[in-house]
Amino acid sequence: MRNLVRDLVRKSLKDPVAQKMLLLLIVSVLFLPFLPLLIWSFAQGWYFPQLIPQWTLQNWSTLFTTSTRVGQGFVQSLVIAVCSTGLALLVGMPAGRALGMMDFPGKGAIKLFLLLPIIVSPLATLMGIQFMLIRLGLSGTLLGVVLVHLLPTIPYITLVLSSVYANFDADYEIQARSLGASAWQVFRHITLPLIAPGVVVGALFAFLISWNEFLLTFFVGSGRVFTLPMVLFTALQGGNTGLTAAIAITSILPALVFLFFSSRALDDNAAIGGLGNV
Amino acid sequence: MTLMPVPSPKINPKTSIVQASWAAAKGYSGAYLRLLPAIAIVGGLFGGGLVLAFCQSIGLMGITSDGSLSLSAYQQALGDRVFWQSLNLSLYLAITATAFSTVLSIALALLLQRAGRWASFACQLTLPIPHLVGIAGILLLLSPSGLLSRLLLSAGLIASDQDFPLLVNDRANLGVLIHFVWKEVPFMTLILLAVLRGIRPEFGMQARALGANPWQCFWQVTLPLLRPGIISASLIVFGFVFGSFEVPFLLGSTAPKTLPILVYQAFTDTDLAQRSVAIALGLMLSFISMVLIALYLWIGSGKAFRRPMAQPASSSVLGEVQ
Repeated sequence: MRNLVRDLVRKSLKDPVAQKMLLLLIVSVLFLPFLPLLIWSFAQGWYFPQLIPQWTLQNWSTLFTTSTRVGQGFVQSLVIAVCSTGLALLVGMPAGRALGMMDFPGKGAIKLFLLLPIIVSPLATLMGIQFMLIRLGLSGTLLGVVLVHLLPTIPYITLVLSSVYANFDADYEIQARSLGASAWQVFRHITLPLIAPGVVVGALFAFLISWNEFLLTFFVGSGRVFTLPMVLFTALQGGNTGLTAAIAITSILPALVFLFFSSRALDDNAAIGGLGNV
Repeated sequence: MTLMPVPSPKINPKTSIVQASWAAAKGYSGAYLRLLPAIAIVGGLFGGGLVLAFCQSIGLMGITSDGSLSLSAYQQALGDRVFWQSLNLSLYLAITATAFSTVLSIALALLLQRAGRWASFACQLTLPIPHLVGIAGILLLLSPSGLLSRLLLSAGLIASDQDFPLLVNDRANLGVLIHFVWKEVPFMTLILLAVLRGIRPEFGMQARALGANPWQCFWQVTLPLLRPGIISASLIVFGFVFGSFEVPFLLGSTAPKTLPILVYQAFTDTDLAQRSVAIALGLMLSFISMVLIALYLWIGSGKAFRRPMAQPASSSVLGEVQ
């Protein structure tokens, strides 16, 4: 009996049509939670047993009023995500090069140390940082939040780039230098194009982490920095389901745009593989 | 490997060792310089934050502190039965969610390896979704008055919303587990797929040629080669789930609560004296996750702390990628 089941499973797994059906099923399960969000964002008083709601655009028009703070949250989220991604790239690129291409004592320990912020709960650290930021007058400012967002973004960018640099051949740079290119020219015309997929994947992860971050912003923002996740968190605890759904869908948009433009880079196995090599 | 020219060894044997190590240090300095900004920022924020948090938790500094050493925050936190219940729950959720996500991701990665690009892309689409959006979606899908309940009712499978099983804010925290599996499986699959594509197909073919069946081939060849990827991916997921706040707060049971929720509640308490308790709780949370991670790395690869140094390119698996 067990053998029969196993044979059946094996045969169906080998069948390309069955494989496709299975994948389709998985993908639709992954998409299922978006369905009620989409419906709710266009629904008016969608009471329980009803399958189809009364359609309305009211939730979306409410979204653009200032009282929901969605516009403010959107802009603040964007500024914070762009700044922290840029800074993390600036710091993570040389670090990734050192970890990917060079050998030196203490490399394993340094790598593990740089990864700590993404595998150890940041809660305690946050409360310590908060104390520091209050002294510096940065608590409740965008700059303070950007600084704290570097904590989870630098490790991701470093990890991805160290893996990309591990497959990078420095001879191209030496050749360019020997042909008279300046250090900047070498970086601009040789290094950057070769590591571009890693930079895009690292930036994608960093942007998304910063864009989605709730807890760090909550602790450091002291209620004065109000990003989109905080708008959504507040809405989720309130009662307006239709508006909450519209806010939720709004906060997906930039991520989807970014993913769309970087989907080719996400196929870069070396870049993503960096996350599989902690 | 560095680009710096290393001077050739001098003939004088007395100075040669000194010179060689000096040359080596000069060679390493490029690497350390490149790492300096990252180490400074992460060390300053993470390390500095931990030190300051610790000082606050033992009363050496803080809003309500008089500057004298006191362990009362720890006594209060550890003496409460709620702490141990919360720790239990946090551990249970993190281990269960990580285990389910890992097994499912391995299966999905193997399935996607042979499928077309559209499938990989479709599975990536949930990757950039904020956790809060996932929470909203799952609430509206699985709550007793949610979409699934409505569908079952109109299909005649249940008589009223009372018949629909409680899946959100339930005692068993099923909603939390469902959310994490839904969110982390695409993330882990993306990593495992990249590692999987880096494994030479020749290994599998050779095993098959030597008479291994597909099952043996998976257990003896693919899985061991995939192991570093599995360990890293599950480590990231475990750490994240263990320290996650929003998901158990909005989807989980009302009592007991997870550790991060206890920290949040103590931190936002109107009684400012609770701050030091919040920090003590947070520090214990960090400490426990560090110990667990060290344990996991140690179990996972035996010599986890020596290996990264021994590998020249720090990615033996990825070395095969291109």
